[in-house]
Amino acid sequence: MARPAHRRPGQSRKAQYSLFAAYVIAVTGAVAGLLLAILSVVDPVGFAQLRVASQEIAAPVARASRSVIGSISGIDDTVGAYVRAGTQNRRLRKELADTRRELVATSSLQEENRQLKALLKLQETDKTALANGYLLTSTSTSSKRIALLSIGRNLGVAAGQPVRGADGLIGRVLGAGPSVSQVLLLTDVDNIVPIRRARDGLPALASGRGNGDLDVRTLNIANNPFKPGDILVTSGTGGLYPPNIPVAIVVRRQDDGALARPLADPGKVDAVSVLRPYTPDNIEAQGLPGPAALAPAKAP
Amino acid sequence: MSQKGPRLGEPASLWRMRIVPIASVMFASALPLMLPLIANSPVLPPLGLLFFLCWQLLRAEMWPVWIGLPLGLWDDLFSGAPIGTAVGLWTLASIVIAYSSQRIYWRGFFHDWAIAALLVAIVQSLAALITHPHADMGRVLGLVVPQIVISALLVPLFMRLTGKFDNFRLKRR
Repeated sequence: MARPAHRRPGQSRKAQYSLFAAYVIAVTGAVAGLLLAILSVVDPVGFAQLRVASQEIAAPVARASRSVIGSISGIDDTVGAYVRAGTQNRRLRKELADTRRELVATSSLQEENRQLKALLKLQETDKTALANGYLLTSTSTSSKRIALLSIGRNLGVAAGQPVRGADGLIGRVLGAGPSVSQVLLLTDVDNIVPIRRARDGLPALASGRGNGDLDVRTLNIANNPFKPGDILVTSGTGGLYPPNIPVAIVVRRQDDGALARPLADPGKVDAVSVLRPYTPDNIEAQGLPGPAALAPAKAP
Repeated sequence: MSQKGPRLGEPASLWRMRIVPIASVMFASALPLMLPLIANSPVLPPLGLLFFLCWQLLRAEMWPVWIGLPLGLWDDLFSGAPIGTAVGLWTLASIVIAYSSQRIYWRGFFHDWAIAALLVAIVQSLAALITHPHADMGRVLGLVVPQIVISALLVPLFMRLTGKFDNFRLKRR
């Protein structure tokens, strides 16, 4: 394509000024935009309402397209599965055998636990969800991992509530609109979850990598105690996430911790439930001391 | 003789000529949030940005140079990046395109491809860095590399699509 002819607007003062003004507007606007971006990183709540409005526009279409197509889940995952099929099959078979053995051991422990609890007359805490919905869609062009939940303020969803699927933790509610809300997924780079190893209660922190995996770091850096296959659950430390929600399984050891895969794949879960945030008065109500409790319980 | 009806060979309506490019970019920006796709990583190319760049490469003087401000704001609402990221980066990209169309005398297909691919790479990397200021830089950039490669390969397709839209935009009655 040839160079455009009208770039220099000739002798017309009006044309010259309007071209100059366009550049001034563009540069000022660009600088203002970048400042706004930095501001909204620092204070993401301030601009939530604008975004909620746009999501209310997108949600009906997403609902319709979901009901027509069904959920497209993890394109990258599907491709990767073909590449790794052989080794994965071998590994999974080994895991299955191990898991069966553990299941037998666990079932006897569960029975023992039930009897002990009956003896102590403890009750399960109220684990019922605030509301149930499904994930409609998610951002897929930016490095931020935000999913849209099909329910909003109409069913009592508010910012800061944890969201879980049947298999494990999904994330937390970032903001709620009238009929949809946005969920910051577990795998987002900025999402940090306090966890512990299910086996022995070893405390750790999980942070997203942004590509579907999690980084796990222990609080003491001296040694690296993780083994592939370790199950990680939420610890309840610091509130927000209730304890004992399954989070991830360790895949590989790393220099400074471990690489873990979330147990609940947001692309594959059908329904998710929004839970009450785990607040200090819930913690006080919890009767059992220590992190080794298998299930949260409170005195009647 | 009545002059009411459309005359043969009359140019397309001004409305259509203005609306089609803007509507195509806006729709492409909003589309990813309308698909039932729960992505674990940035898997889709930035559709809005690709159309935005292709329109400007195809029709250098169609838009004023500040058009990135409103279109970028619209894209920010749907992309999940902090609001203002695309406002700034898209506008800078259109300034770069305006500058390059003055510098390069005979811009060919491969020039266009290279400019679009380069701009997508820069805009997406900077957007990722702005979104996660505290995270490890190398890792954040590693996140967007697959997306940048896919986008660079898809540029000719988007050029074609933009050309189709342009034909519709200017179609005479």
